[in-house]
Amino acid sequence: MSTAPEEIAEWKMPSTRKVAVISLILTESALFTIFLVAYLFYMGKSLNPPYPSQVLEFPLLATIALLSSSVTIVFSEKALHRGNKGAFHIWWAVTIALGAYFLWFTGMEWKHLIFHDNLTLATNVFGTTFYSLVGLHASHVIIGLVLLTMVLILSLLGKVPADHTEHLEMISWYWHFVDAIWIVVVTVVYIISTRT
Amino acid sequence: MNPDTYDPNFRMPDPERIGEERGSLTRIIQEMVFTVDHKKLGLMYIASGLLFFVVAGVMATFIRLQLAVPRNDFLDPDTFNRLFTMHGTAMVFLVGMPIIFGFANYLVPLMIGARDMAFPRMNAFGFWVFFFSGLLLYFSYLGAPGLYAAGSAPDVGWFAYSPLTAKAFSRGHSTDYWTLSLLMGGIGSIATSINIIVTVVCMRCKGMILGRMPLFVWLFLVVAFLVIIAMPPLSACQIMLILDRYFGAHFFDTQAGGSAVLWQHFFWIFGHPEVYILILPGFAIASEVIPVFSRKPIFGYPVMVAASVMIAFISLGVWAHHMFSVGMTSVGNTFFAISTLLVAIPTGIKIFNWIGTMYGGKLRFELPMLFCLGFLFQFLIAGLTGVMLAIAPFDWQLTDSYFVVAHFHYVLIGGLLYTIFAGIYYWYPKALGKMPDFKLGLWHFILFTVGFHITFFPQHISGFLGMPRRIYTYDAGRGWDLYNLISTIGVVFQAAGILFFVFNLIYSYVKGKKAGDDPWDAWSLEWATTSPPPSYNFETLPEVRSRRPLWDLKHPDDPDWKYE
Repeated sequence: MSTAPEEIAEWKMPSTRKVAVISLILTESALFTIFLVAYLFYMGKSLNPPYPSQVLEFPLLATIALLSSSVTIVFSEKALHRGNKGAFHIWWAVTIALGAYFLWFTGMEWKHLIFHDNLTLATNVFGTTFYSLVGLHASHVIIGLVLLTMVLILSLLGKVPADHTEHLEMISWYWHFVDAIWIVVVTVVYIISTRT
Repeated sequence: MNPDTYDPNFRMPDPERIGEERGSLTRIIQEMVFTVDHKKLGLMYIASGLLFFVVAGVMATFIRLQLAVPRNDFLDPDTFNRLFTMHGTAMVFLVGMPIIFGFANYLVPLMIGARDMAFPRMNAFGFWVFFFSGLLLYFSYLGAPGLYAAGSAPDVGWFAYSPLTAKAFSRGHSTDYWTLSLLMGGIGSIATSINIIVTVVCMRCKGMILGRMPLFVWLFLVVAFLVIIAMPPLSACQIMLILDRYFGAHFFDTQAGGSAVLWQHFFWIFGHPEVYILILPGFAIASEVIPVFSRKPIFGYPVMVAASVMIAFISLGVWAHHMFSVGMTSVGNTFFAISTLLVAIPTGIKIFNWIGTMYGGKLRFELPMLFCLGFLFQFLIAGLTGVMLAIAPFDWQLTDSYFVVAHFHYVLIGGLLYTIFAGIYYWYPKALGKMPDFKLGLWHFILFTVGFHITFFPQHISGFLGMPRRIYTYDAGRGWDLYNLISTIGVVFQAAGILFFVFNLIYSYVKGKKAGDDPWDAWSLEWATTSPPPSYNFETLPEVRSRRPLWDLKHPDDPDWKYE
């Protein structure tokens, strides 16, 4: 029997950033789950109008904008990996523009709901759960936009070091998460609840 | 020199003045505020947890004094409500959570052979957020009355059932202090837990594969996962409550179609995993202490890991056993009764494995071991009453009675607090370099154990006799008088025990004998470095080939890795 222990050959640990962002996404998912459950629980339990089927219209353009922003951010990252800074900036800016359009659309929708349909947080349990769920998502879009804009400005100023591609990748993971949540929210709020 | 950090205006400080402020009060405070070292933060977590422990313990003493005799008028009802609310909230969020995070912070990097946590600055952020959330909660005594001349501290109970928290029933700002404090504390807990997960997953030293990690680290990995899944529901609750109270939302407003029961569901989706978030660290400490003082490796390591993961998994699906009496369907009652009973299986496995570790071992009855033995017996009682309460019809009879109070105090004191004491005595030599005094510690153990059982065992009986929890007084002649008096007498012993404990911590630091690197002849990596460890933890990062790396170092002729 040999007395010397075998050598430990290769020792590679996963990236701390990736594990942290995955954990963050997990914890955020738990938060969204509770608000989604609240929405589903109160579906059809409003005591007074307006009801979802009367006032909600499917936000087609906003949904297309947000989902395609997930694609443009991938183009942007690919450009960065090729070393094409110009294309990276353009696609990154397009991503911001698409996200901003989504936010503007939500704002217009809320303005219409509040001033035309008289639906506020206090109107009924539909208003309560609708604004809190969609608002929670919108607040995540805002955070994402702040991060994206910071990166764009810093990168244009030349302050993003070349070895920080993984940092940018993490922002894109977060952005994909915000998009994925929207698919669930849009399905529950605009498709399921308007049909009941 | 790195050109990025080169500062042309930099001048060397005057060599005469270097370190002149070291040791002064301002310098110590400055160091505490600036530090990102996981060991300092860990000790700060534990110290502030113990501080809040004393405050919340004094509140409990007032509660017991009021209940000592029937028709007592020591406290008025409103003050009593505030006291039990603040006692419960503080003990869970400001004592239990910070102390377990303190242990995790201090020990996880040392045990896995890392130099610090993965994100040191986020670590400091987590601590300070927790600390100020605690101050915010206690500030309610001063700040909450506001202009309303309404109540001061929160008085809605630690689970704050709706509609007690509605604007109509909770005037002033007391509930808002409770809400904001818990929201803030939740953010800190999540930050710290993400940090623990990342540290364990990404920072292990060479050779420390998951199957060789100390059980302590395994259990904290499980706890951190539970926190990041279970804490957001609490945050969601608090956000909804703020929306209800200040923006006219109707989440918990039954008159507008809202549901008070929904609060209970959401709160306990957090609240029950929280119980396991608190008790699994107790298991973690016991799993380190018992093998070392039995001179045997832990019995059934893989099963212990599997049981921990199983407990965490099941704990996410048992929350409604807190709500048997609200009138769920019989299917719901049955489901939650069965899932709750299932928890007993992995927990039983753990108890048997600890006993299996001790069986045939060469037991050393040092202070940490004494407290772990106390933990085993008391946690068994707590588990048995837990199984009783899991039976829905039994629970209908005894819910919200003193039987429940006795049950969860056996869990949290007899279980968690005893292992915390064990952990403090076990790692005290590592953190401070001095041995804790055995005689003082023995007095602490004896007095506290006697006091604990005198206080809480009679509450089982007064619960059976129908005494509800949270009443501020009771009439004589209902059969509760004697048990309440005995309960209150026990507090004297507990308080005396705590005095010995606190005195021991200070006395041993000043007068204790030097500990050396490895006073207990232990096997995990934290004992491989000096006591206290240097800020970089290890001079050279260790390599690990078995579950007991230090055993391998001490016994090169008969290392563990030959058998694993």
